[in-house]
Amino acid sequence: MCLGVPGQVTQVDGLTADVDFWGVKKEVRLDTVDEPVESGDYILNHVGFAIRRIPESEIDETLTLYESMMGGGPDDMLREDLMDEVEAARSKSTDDEVDEEPADAQDAEDLLDELDINV
Amino acid sequence: MSDRDRIPGGPTGDVTGPDIGDNALEFRDPEKADALADRAEELVAAMDVDEVSVMHVCGSHEQSIAKFGLRSMLPEGVDLRMGPGCPVCVTDMPEVDEAVALATEGHTIATYGDMLHVPGTSASLSDVRAAGADVRVVYSAAEAVEIAAETDNEVVFFATGFETTAAPTAAVIRSDPPENFSVLSAHKYVPPAMEVVAAMPDTDVDGFLAAGNAATITGWGLFEELVEETDTPITVGGFEPLDVLAGLVVLLRDIRDGEATVRNAYPRCVTEEGNKPAQEQLWEVFTTESGEWRGIAYVPEANLVLRDEYAHVDANERFDIDTTAFATNGPSLSDECICGDIMAGRADPTDCEMFGEECTPEDPVGACMVSSEGTCKIWHEYGGRPDL
Repeated sequence: MCLGVPGQVTQVDGLTADVDFWGVKKEVRLDTVDEPVESGDYILNHVGFAIRRIPESEIDETLTLYESMMGGGPDDMLREDLMDEVEAARSKSTDDEVDEEPADAQDAEDLLDELDINV
Repeated sequence: MSDRDRIPGGPTGDVTGPDIGDNALEFRDPEKADALADRAEELVAAMDVDEVSVMHVCGSHEQSIAKFGLRSMLPEGVDLRMGPGCPVCVTDMPEVDEAVALATEGHTIATYGDMLHVPGTSASLSDVRAAGADVRVVYSAAEAVEIAAETDNEVVFFATGFETTAAPTAAVIRSDPPENFSVLSAHKYVPPAMEVVAAMPDTDVDGFLAAGNAATITGWGLFEELVEETDTPITVGGFEPLDVLAGLVVLLRDIRDGEATVRNAYPRCVTEEGNKPAQEQLWEVFTTESGEWRGIAYVPEANLVLRDEYAHVDANERFDIDTTAFATNGPSLSDECICGDIMAGRADPTDCEMFGEECTPEDPVGACMVSSEGTCKIWHEYGGRPDL
């Protein structure tokens, strides 16, 4: 229940969005999203609320990561938690605008670059 | 090259997490995984200590670590434990008793599935539901509001979770829910608990791997104060196995260098300031109060309670909750439960005599075996009792 799942916004109606999670369509609330969202955007959904708009440059990798975590068969616990999240969506209400650069913490990023880790 | 068979020591020095055996999954990029494991090994070798103790505080981290067998990739001497990272598990029995009492009085209780089987002092919500109480499992706070809109009965949302879940609860409270809707908050706030655990002499944490998802909301800047207070480095890490390994490598480097600082190894999702609109929702509705975290400690300012402005939605204000009928119990198996020690990083699930025996996910004794974020359930699901 901690992880959240990414999905694509297909329609925005005020503070509610229709979101497609690997073919499963759900309503997600936009009260707690960090940036304005429009149709075509990807968001990270947590218990039926969008908590992040995923920047375009990160969409492909994010989806790949989640797909890799969902591997392991139908009874796998992590997969089940993620599927629960897919089920977790629903209804409506305020979003603001925050436009932020990724964190400085430059040293960590340098090290990750050095190891060629794209996070 | 990492040695996938090697098993480093756990908190008690002889256990390492579930033996995942054939369940180990392939990495998306095994070469990167091996490069990270090698780097971790170099860093630990340079430390010249017997044991490096790293604590993470998130059930999803533990799931990823257990599912992908990450402990077996870490160098010998790295002790990677889960701390108080399961909000359901740290919910104190008297809090469960309140929900049980409200359900028994005839009110509808809506709660997340994990909360259903968590033992109160003498009963769980699942017990009273079997006896006829109206207890509903919801996936979202918004669903609890929908239930209230469709009934005249009082609907109490028994809310649990850390910041990522508390922000949605705050959002529904702020969007004029029906008058018969109220919230019984068991929401928790992690940073003060990390401070308490860091100060425990028998826990002795050298570094924290902080949960990337909570930090998506709070931002990594929040941890700077904690680093100062505890003189312990903190790295924010993601959940995908390579993210976890990368976070650990960054953290191990700070431990080696004696650098008490905050690093962000999950810049894909986490910024310094976090998600401001979600924080505004959260702190508009909630404030912190001190209280007991089950089995761990009395933690200052780590329970999220509704502010006075929202007293009309606060189940504790709306109802005179009498838990006396549920607050006493004879000796029971749960007296033997060491869930608190496990959540404080003082013990492993396998230190518990009941693990996998009297206590299983089908018939749990303690909350750590109930929740999918609980260490015991995760270890049980990903390999059962490891061979010692």
